[in-house]
Amino acid sequence: MKINWRNITQFLGFTVLRMAAIFVILVLAFIIYDIASNGAKVISWEFITQKPTKGMTAGGIWPAIVGTFWVSLVTIFFAVPMGMFTAIYLNEYATQGKIIRIIRLAIRNLSGVPSIVYGLFGFALFVLMMNLGLSVLSAGLTLGLLTLPWTITASEEALKTVPMSYREGALALGATKWQTIRTNVLPYAIPGMLTGTILGLARAAGETAPILFTGAAFFWPVLPSFPKVLISQFMALPYHLFIMSTQHHEIAKVRPIAYGTALVLIVLILTMNILAILIRYRFRRKYKRA
Amino acid sequence: MPERTPSSEKATKQLKSKTALWRHLKERTIHYFFLINGLMAVIILVGIFSLLFTQGFPALKAVGLGEFFFSDHWDPTSPVKESYGILAMVVSTLMVTLGALIIAVPVGIACAAYLSDVASPRMREIVKPVIEILAGIPSVVVGFLGIVVTGPFIAKVFGTANGLNAVNGSILLAIMALPTIISISEDAIVAVPQEFKSASLALGANKWQTLTRVTLPSALSGIIAAVMLGMGRAIGETMTVLMACGNAPALPHSFLDPVRTMTATIAIELGETVQGSVHYQSLFVIGFVLFLMTFLVNLVSDLVLHKYQRVAR
Repeated sequence: MKINWRNITQFLGFTVLRMAAIFVILVLAFIIYDIASNGAKVISWEFITQKPTKGMTAGGIWPAIVGTFWVSLVTIFFAVPMGMFTAIYLNEYATQGKIIRIIRLAIRNLSGVPSIVYGLFGFALFVLMMNLGLSVLSAGLTLGLLTLPWTITASEEALKTVPMSYREGALALGATKWQTIRTNVLPYAIPGMLTGTILGLARAAGETAPILFTGAAFFWPVLPSFPKVLISQFMALPYHLFIMSTQHHEIAKVRPIAYGTALVLIVLILTMNILAILIRYRFRRKYKRA
Repeated sequence: MPERTPSSEKATKQLKSKTALWRHLKERTIHYFFLINGLMAVIILVGIFSLLFTQGFPALKAVGLGEFFFSDHWDPTSPVKESYGILAMVVSTLMVTLGALIIAVPVGIACAAYLSDVASPRMREIVKPVIEILAGIPSVVVGFLGIVVTGPFIAKVFGTANGLNAVNGSILLAIMALPTIISISEDAIVAVPQEFKSASLALGANKWQTLTRVTLPSALSGIIAAVMLGMGRAIGETMTVLMACGNAPALPHSFLDPVRTMTATIAIELGETVQGSVHYQSLFVIGFVLFLMTFLVNLVSDLVLHKYQRVAR
């Protein structure tokens, strides 16, 4: 019998490729399994709702959750409108040309700037030059800059899904450009923009390097109420995890707390991702019917 | 159109031109408003560039380019003589990045090829979200796992004191670069025209031969761009290397040495420096060099992608 080497090579080759994909799945599965199984041991109502106590060796992580919430809020207020406006310009107003190519190049390069460089920039600009100090505001703005390329890209994707005929219909009836955008483009693009925004925010919420020097604090158990919170230092989940796993003087003792913090952070980010996917899914279905 | 008397037509015309002017002004204002917003991305990029440069420049002048870039001795707080050579950390950064690429490039391209040419639709539905979620895992969590999981594992395998070294960093950075490499390579592989594959299959090549000799070579520039972008991510990654690489500021001699990358140095030292001191400024120079490195990597990948898109069209 003649052996068909070609088919054997093909089988082996495809097996290698399949193994690579399975390897990637296993990596993620392991990350989630390890964090979930170790983190679940310390998760309790108290862990989530209380302050750290006894030199941060006991108690909960509530201030870190609140801190992350406030910073994210500032990030949204900064990055979302700006990202949307830029996307509207790129997709609706700009014609192909030099300006648009430069803007796109800038956006792509911004998304490649290391997060620590954003941290340096935010520190020099917001903390020192604009005199905002170490604060929720400085950190939120820095994260806003970091998220900007993602919100722009996501908003543009959303605008692109709106069919040209929607715009043509409005323009043919004598509507101006802005009227067309307002009534016939934005309503259909907003859910998609929302999806992108949530995904961007999920990434920002997990970033540590940009907030290292712009306001994150080792221990800051009580945040003042709005608006004073904006100029206050804060604790944040990713920074708390960093502290608990490298900087604390009783590393072994606080390891469970670090695992718990990691679990809360991952759950928060996964929830945001799932929320974004659900919105996208509903939007697509609604869109198909229309 | 309703019928009109001549006089009323004149009046409407006048009114119309007035509202038209008003409308025109409004539209132009809105247009410029969006234009200025669009330009913000450029302004921010230039802002980062110039701020890093102006903050760091005095240190460059004080220390001298030669010492800065070609000395591997970094000791800004020495009581005897401060030294500001960044060579050791540049080498460290390049070393962990290289290690990460050695792991992530084969796995990433294999996974991308699997997704585009081999996987069943159901399998694709599983793998794609997995990659998206993997991309969303915060770097601080990956770094944490480096301390509690891969670090001790490496220590056991290689018999080192603790596993916080360049290998550990490379493995973790590979995990972080994988999603970028996979998704962009996959886009490139999918974009290869079906005719190429059909022609190859019609000539009697099987699927594997078609993939390795036709599809992958055709997608090469896209794959290179993907690798470059993954590299950019690895160079700029901070928390993971800060937590999992041991942070020894000396020139590394092997992958089992603890290393301190450029990003980690900034993260460790900025909080302890006096504003305006040479030490403080030199950290901005490191940031500036990092910025230039990633800028270059992105620019090259952008050019490659651009060329590739034109060819594909």
